[in-house]
Amino acid sequence: MLLALLCLLLAGCSSALMDPKGDIGEAQRSLILSAFGLMLIVVIPVIVLTIVFGWYYRRNNTVAQYLPDWAHSNVIEAVVWLVPVVIIAILATITWKSSHSLDPHRPLESDTPTLEIQAIALDWKWLFVYPEQGIATVNEVAFPVDTPVRFRVSSGSVMNAFFIPQLGSQIYAMAGMDNDVYLRANEIGTYGGRSTNYSGAGFAGMVFDAHVTSDEDFDAWVEEVRQSPQTLTYPEGYDQLAERSSFDPVQHFASVTPELYERLVASFHTGTAPEGDAQDAPRAPAVDSNEAYQTTENQANGEGESVPMSNQAGG
Amino acid sequence: MLGKLSWEAIPLHDPIIVVVGIGMVLGALALLAALTYFRKWGWLWNEWFTSVDHKKLGIMYFIVALVMLLRGFADAIMMRTQQMFAAGGSAGFLPPDHYDQIFTAHGVIMIFFVAMPMVIGLMNLVVPLQIGARDVAFPFLNNLSFWLFAVSAILINISLVVGEFATTGWLAYAPLSGIEYSPGVGVDYWIWALQISGVGTTLTGINFFVTILKMRTKGMTLFRMPIFTWTALCSNVLIIASFPILTATVAMLTLDRYLGMNFFTNDMGGNVMMYVNLIWAWGHPEVYILILPAFGVFSEVIATFARKRLFGYHTMVWATVAITLLSFIVWLHHFFTMGAGANVNAFFGIMTMIIAIPTGVKVFNWIFTIFRGRLEMTSPVLWTLGFIITFTLGGMTGVMLALPAANFVLHNSLFVIAHFHNVIIGGVVFGMFAGLTYWFPKAFGFTLCEKWGKRAFWLWLVGFYTAFMPLYVLSFYGAARRMQSYPNAEWQPWMIVAWVGAVLIACGIACTLIQFYVSIRDRKQRQDVTGDPWDARTLEWSTSSPAPFYNFAHLPVVGDIDSFWTQKQRSLEQKEEVRYSDIHMPKNTAAGPIISVFAMIFGFAMVWHIWWLAGLGAIGVFVAFMGRVFNDDIDYYVPAAEVERIERAHQQRVEAQA
Amino acid sequence: MATDSLHHDAHADEHEHHHDAAGTKVFGFWVYLMSDLVIFGSLFATYAVLLRGTAGGPTGADIFELPLILFGTFALLISSFTFGMGVLAMNANRVGQLKMWLGVTFVLGLMFLGMEVYEFHHLIHEGYGPDRSGFLSAFFTLVGTHGLHVTFGMIWILVMLIQLSTKGINEQTRPRILCLSLFWHFLDIVWICVFSFVYLMGVL
Repeated sequence: MLLALLCLLLAGCSSALMDPKGDIGEAQRSLILSAFGLMLIVVIPVIVLTIVFGWYYRRNNTVAQYLPDWAHSNVIEAVVWLVPVVIIAILATITWKSSHSLDPHRPLESDTPTLEIQAIALDWKWLFVYPEQGIATVNEVAFPVDTPVRFRVSSGSVMNAFFIPQLGSQIYAMAGMDNDVYLRANEIGTYGGRSTNYSGAGFAGMVFDAHVTSDEDFDAWVEEVRQSPQTLTYPEGYDQLAERSSFDPVQHFASVTPELYERLVASFHTGTAPEGDAQDAPRAPAVDSNEAYQTTENQANGEGESVPMSNQAGG
Repeated sequence: MLGKLSWEAIPLHDPIIVVVGIGMVLGALALLAALTYFRKWGWLWNEWFTSVDHKKLGIMYFIVALVMLLRGFADAIMMRTQQMFAAGGSAGFLPPDHYDQIFTAHGVIMIFFVAMPMVIGLMNLVVPLQIGARDVAFPFLNNLSFWLFAVSAILINISLVVGEFATTGWLAYAPLSGIEYSPGVGVDYWIWALQISGVGTTLTGINFFVTILKMRTKGMTLFRMPIFTWTALCSNVLIIASFPILTATVAMLTLDRYLGMNFFTNDMGGNVMMYVNLIWAWGHPEVYILILPAFGVFSEVIATFARKRLFGYHTMVWATVAITLLSFIVWLHHFFTMGAGANVNAFFGIMTMIIAIPTGVKVFNWIFTIFRGRLEMTSPVLWTLGFIITFTLGGMTGVMLALPAANFVLHNSLFVIAHFHNVIIGGVVFGMFAGLTYWFPKAFGFTLCEKWGKRAFWLWLVGFYTAFMPLYVLSFYGAARRMQSYPNAEWQPWMIVAWVGAVLIACGIACTLIQFYVSIRDRKQRQDVTGDPWDARTLEWSTSSPAPFYNFAHLPVVGDIDSFWTQKQRSLEQKEEVRYSDIHMPKNTAAGPIISVFAMIFGFAMVWHIWWLAGLGAIGVFVAFMGRVFNDDIDYYVPAAEVERIERAHQQRVEAQA
Repeated sequence: MATDSLHHDAHADEHEHHHDAAGTKVFGFWVYLMSDLVIFGSLFATYAVLLRGTAGGPTGADIFELPLILFGTFALLISSFTFGMGVLAMNANRVGQLKMWLGVTFVLGLMFLGMEVYEFHHLIHEGYGPDRSGFLSAFFTLVGTHGLHVTFGMIWILVMLIQLSTKGINEQTRPRILCLSLFWHFLDIVWICVFSFVYLMGVL
């Protein structure tokens, strides 16, 4: 059984998670492997002991010792408590450290300035907005290699999750929430991305390609997008784009209404969806997800009156 | 007049559903006709449907659960087949809308209508016998719980042919389950099936909690209770504390959908994250509600067949209690990727891992129970050994998921699917089959065929690994869960292997059915005359098989853990008690089934917005309940002579065999 | 019940096992109340989270009318006291007094419900119904769930009045009255929480 497992693992070596193309993904691979290795310290003895004891102490093996009332041993009890406790203590330390070092909201250290890309989940496609470049795309995203990218992730519809497996961390896309994840690719190439959080009938088609390019190629790509005849306005053009469709072809928009992302996020805080008269209603400021999600701090967080807050459930 | 209901609600456009629907209707008609032809209605009603006997209710729970297992497994096969075909641009044979209903129904059915009734059925069958009681604390409520569950199962099956089921995934995350994104009746079926059966489950939780604390026989202190009873106690504590959260959450979703409220809407001040938090605040304890009793089963099985006391009884109890408490502070690990801060994620990650400690200790205790024992390789033992290995692997992948930073790449992928099938099949399902085989003679008076039981085990074991190891692999390629199709053609070979695994499991289920058939056919030879076919240790084996309806002619007195075993070892012959006395027993009642049928009518009417019928259903529930409240004729005494007759007959059979 | 009392003397040995049936019932009811408390807990938590989800609509301070609420609160608090008097009367085996106190409790409960219905009707009339905002959904549901419980409590009081008239105080009605009194006090405690967390903190 273990052998089979090992075969499967080997087969997995060339897979997205075992062959990452970014430093976040690399850190996550070594984390998974070290946790796996640590736990084998308990798992292998358990499997071996189960099979050996099951065989040796079988009913017709009268040679084996039989002590029907033996049911307690301080030594064994101590060992079976201690070993898991030690392993979990080590894992807990790793957990604490890696939760902070690989926190998706944590900016990446780099000499290159961070590129911001806004990813909006729609039914059922991804809209990417480049605020600095003033362009937008559907189901295609490109960014330069070795450049930290801050993906700000939100949704114009139901919950989704933004994930490029070979680059690392995914993050939920939720309407009215300004979530973010920092990623960096260390190798030029095209990597598949998708929504991983089921979002309805067209979910299977919510896939996109992430092109990691050289700086020059990125500039060329931006220029190419700017040549597109299409532009994206908010709310009219956006509403049209938001209509339900799946497996959408790549679309390029040469220009985009400024602050589309912020206005979309804010539109859910006023009490009316973007289709309605969001324009006239007073807008609450978009709250940074780092604050909005801080379970422990939500009581103290007084800003943005009507923003859905808090992770904390009661009961 | 009929709300949203019209002929269009019957999905005639889908050939699969039409065939299944016709099959279901014909099957039901055949069953009804057979019952009428053989004049079994009176017997069924008087002896079973209205029964308050916990053993009969336990059996009925199991029968419904096995029927629903077939339904849920048919869904599983269809999903695996779809994913086997729908690679590299192919759309497969199931359109998204149908595929989405199938994986939603599969999850809901397997958890609520297979695993839960099996666990509750086993508790019904075993707990009162193990604590030396004659029934549960509230026998009528026990019957009502069963029927509320049963009518919910019917409601789910109605959704197959009238209307549709939810396409939201088994937990119906908002806002996808809201009226804006799911305007159909699917989510409403989900809501009412869960609410009605949820009330039944909560009542069961209260009932068994009180039963275990208040109805134990003389001498059975808490720390002399069999481990299965301990795990049942903890499981019921979890039910009492967590199911109301589900009730409240689903009620709020209902208000959103029916009255336009804004609990879990995207805008208007709603908060979708609150839904996710609430549903998992119930959902995580729920998995321990299922697994703890399975742990209890393995503890009983391994001690019995190793002919040895359970290693570390007290450790086992405290580990169970620790898991019970911890299960309430880990719910956030189901959505690390929601974006909570690093501190929050780390806290919930570490809390989750801590659960692995008591669980690991339990595993070692089972292993050291075998150590220096004399293990008989019966099929319950095979299920137990298979469980230890499989569950340990599942626990390992669980800890990997509990690492927030690793979870960021594993979440929502097939890794999660493989992990929870790893622990639910390897834990709960194996446990329920072990328990079913182990206690079957106590319920029916004859043992199950070992040969077919072992075949079922091996097919399930091999089938499980074949079906789910590929999913672990695929998750590393970035395969998300719930995909109706996927562009990556290179995933297809793994999907084919997984399909083969599902077919192997199907063969395993077939073996179980054959096992029932063969065992019932040979029941005369397989008869358990003594009432103690396994030379077991706990009280339920001290009475005859099947146990008489009053369980014990004389309530046993307990002086030790495994008191029945100690008694046998000292070969203290039960002194011939000549004098029997009258036994106070509850009477059967029709109130449970009647209330539940009205509840089902209410639920169905609410699904279709047929308000007058809903009102009628609600009034029916109320009137039927009042009928019960004003009925004073609820108990009776079994005359001593009757008890004596039954006990003498049992003794004569034992002597005849000896 | 008739069968119960007839047989009880004849079954002295069984008696020990069954004398605690009433105790088991009351204990079971306690456990039920705890599970009910979890429902209220979930609703309170949701209310706390949705407190700021007013979506441009009114906040608590805009719509709560404390004097009215205070009136209902006192009605409910006094009803707990009158129910307590009823239980004392039951312990003294005075069925007439018990019924009188139950009647008074019922009337006080009705006053409380009247207050609530008036408040709800008024708010909906103003355009502040439960569909106006997440905050109002949570408010109506939390307070309404409590009100629904009070309604069930009052139906239960009516049922007990009928049973007391036909059967008097016996081994069957006694535990039911005890459970009902637990239920009624429980609702009182929940209301105190509602009053403090929802109304007082909302206005302050």
